[in-house]
Amino acid sequence: MKIHEYQAKELFRAADVATPHGHVAFSVAEAVIHAESLGGYPVVVKAQIHAGGRGKGGGVKLAHSPDEVKSVAAAILGMTLVTKQTGSAGKRVEKILVEQGLDIHSELYLAILPDRETASIMIMASTEGGMDIEAVAAQTPERLMKVRVNPLAGLQPYHLREIGFGLGLAGKSFKSFGALLQGLYDLFIQYDCSLVEINPLVVTGAGDVVALDAKMDVDANSLYRHPDIVAMRDETEEDPLEVEASKANLNYIKLDGNIGNMVNGAGLAMATMDIIKQAGGSPANFLDVGGGASAAMVEEGFRLIFRDERVKGVLINIFGGILRCDVLAEGVVQAARKVDMEIPVVVRMEGTNVERGREILQESGLNLITAVDLADAAAKVAAIVAQGE
Amino acid sequence: MAIFVDENTRVVVQGITGKEGQFHTRACIAYGTRVVAGVTPGKGGQLMDGVPVFNTVVEAVRATGANSSMIFVPPPFAADAIMEAADAGVDLIVCITEGIPVLDMLKVITFLRGKDVRLLGPNCPGVISPGVCKLGIMPGIIHKPGGPIGVVSRSGTLTYEVVDQLTRKGFGQSTCVGIGGDPVHGISFIDCLRGFEHDPETQGIVMVGEIGGSAEEEAASFIRENLTKPVVGFIAGVTAPPGRRMGHAGAITSGTSGTASAKIAAMEDCGLHVCKNLAGLGDLCETVFAALR
Repeated sequence: MKIHEYQAKELFRAADVATPHGHVAFSVAEAVIHAESLGGYPVVVKAQIHAGGRGKGGGVKLAHSPDEVKSVAAAILGMTLVTKQTGSAGKRVEKILVEQGLDIHSELYLAILPDRETASIMIMASTEGGMDIEAVAAQTPERLMKVRVNPLAGLQPYHLREIGFGLGLAGKSFKSFGALLQGLYDLFIQYDCSLVEINPLVVTGAGDVVALDAKMDVDANSLYRHPDIVAMRDETEEDPLEVEASKANLNYIKLDGNIGNMVNGAGLAMATMDIIKQAGGSPANFLDVGGGASAAMVEEGFRLIFRDERVKGVLINIFGGILRCDVLAEGVVQAARKVDMEIPVVVRMEGTNVERGREILQESGLNLITAVDLADAAAKVAAIVAQGE
Repeated sequence: MAIFVDENTRVVVQGITGKEGQFHTRACIAYGTRVVAGVTPGKGGQLMDGVPVFNTVVEAVRATGANSSMIFVPPPFAADAIMEAADAGVDLIVCITEGIPVLDMLKVITFLRGKDVRLLGPNCPGVISPGVCKLGIMPGIIHKPGGPIGVVSRSGTLTYEVVDQLTRKGFGQSTCVGIGGDPVHGISFIDCLRGFEHDPETQGIVMVGEIGGSAEEEAASFIRENLTKPVVGFIAGVTAPPGRRMGHAGAITSGTSGTASAKIAAMEDCGLHVCKNLAGLGDLCETVFAALR
């Protein structure tokens, strides 16, 4: 789960990770009050959206006076910010962070993440701060340091020395960096992060090391033990259908295509999306109802798909193991009676109680297209696509 | 012959009295699996369908000689359950639980290093040697005993689909292993491939991967260097959007890494028979494994 920069920086401060002074603002007037409280200009006004690449999109501006804060804040608040991560539709800016401007001597990169290949905690650091780190990794891998920490032993002083010296730091900034990294590591562990990233991490003219940016992503599996993070969820950052789905315990991701689909199991759901594509269509969503879905969940999933107006056809693909085909069929029939089913629905099911499931669909009198196997389902989806063209 | 589980597998089920634990214990017993013990802390001394329940795994192992564990305990307690089973001395731990925090799993995997135990999962359907032993939640009925095909996959229902297509084409399976959809897990593709290569009953292999991480690329190189048996490969998630977690915690691309196209390219480079459309997997196997039937 992603949180905003201003939220991450509040957690940073509590963990002794140095950040610039700053406050979040929801209006122009508030922005001016916060700017005045920072004790000097320039100040930085930063759009608060979850997507990265805000600076290039025009969502980060410097202001040298209260008047300039007013004009800059007015321009950013309410703007639709388009970055390489938002997609072409962009994201409307509802809040901004007003921060003190710093005297920047140099810019570094620092991140901590779990390393799935070695089952360790990986710290990545680079002197190439402020750059696209993927590009640094691809073009100048020697400038990206990777240090792995044993998760049972935790961060040791030698890790701090290896990275601090590796970044070319000395004296005050070396010490300041060590304290910051220790704080950041503790925060990473405390909150079960799947990523903390500071880009750039800056060394000021006075030799202090400060997190100019803050990105924090918390492992969704760990949220049961982090109610304070759950309280930071910003539903306006998510697709409304995805928010609704998550409340029904459905794994739904909205996509741009025209063929809706509902599948049990994540791997089979991905493979089904791929089949839709090969049949000439394009998946409108990812929807995994899970192994133990109830008729009510199937019904809810069905309704979600039909709420997406671009959907021209639906493929339901269920391999019944724990989820029995008769339960699925009940859910589909209940849902189909409630929605206005003007578009074709192909149902392919296999596995436990499949005969009874097929009977239920048949007896319903609904216009459902039954497919006997995946190849048959793909052909029937292709026919739907061809009809729409 | 088979890999990981056979007629000598004696199972202790952790979380046996829970809803999931009871349901799947019954299904495993009905399939012929020797479930010799269960563990639910505080319920020691009870019976679940005649299976003795113990408070701790170590007690269960001492009393019954269990050598494998199957875990159904909820995510907050699952890491503890895995380490308990490892210290109790079982050889194989199958963790079905989905939703264990990644940092918990980093500690578990580090803890298991150097111990003589295999962890399968978490977030996996388990392992089945058809007709002999089922240690997991897969529907036994779709499998066909006797080999010659070994199946290894990161997924659950997608594996059932693959197995069903194999069975319909007349191919039996030696062992089917679901290694799990989490980013940090136990047994890898390579561990299973090595097992299949050494297993005389296995003559061909189907490997089912998905987006995220680089396990498929590593497995493909391993196949080129070490395997003599033909391998059919499949990758799910060609149409998955970048940077989104596709149901499985581990199914997420990051920049250019972990994409389906990179994995498919690596598999083709290493001489695997790559299936591009799941609907045609059975047909492809018919061609590739023609000599094995």
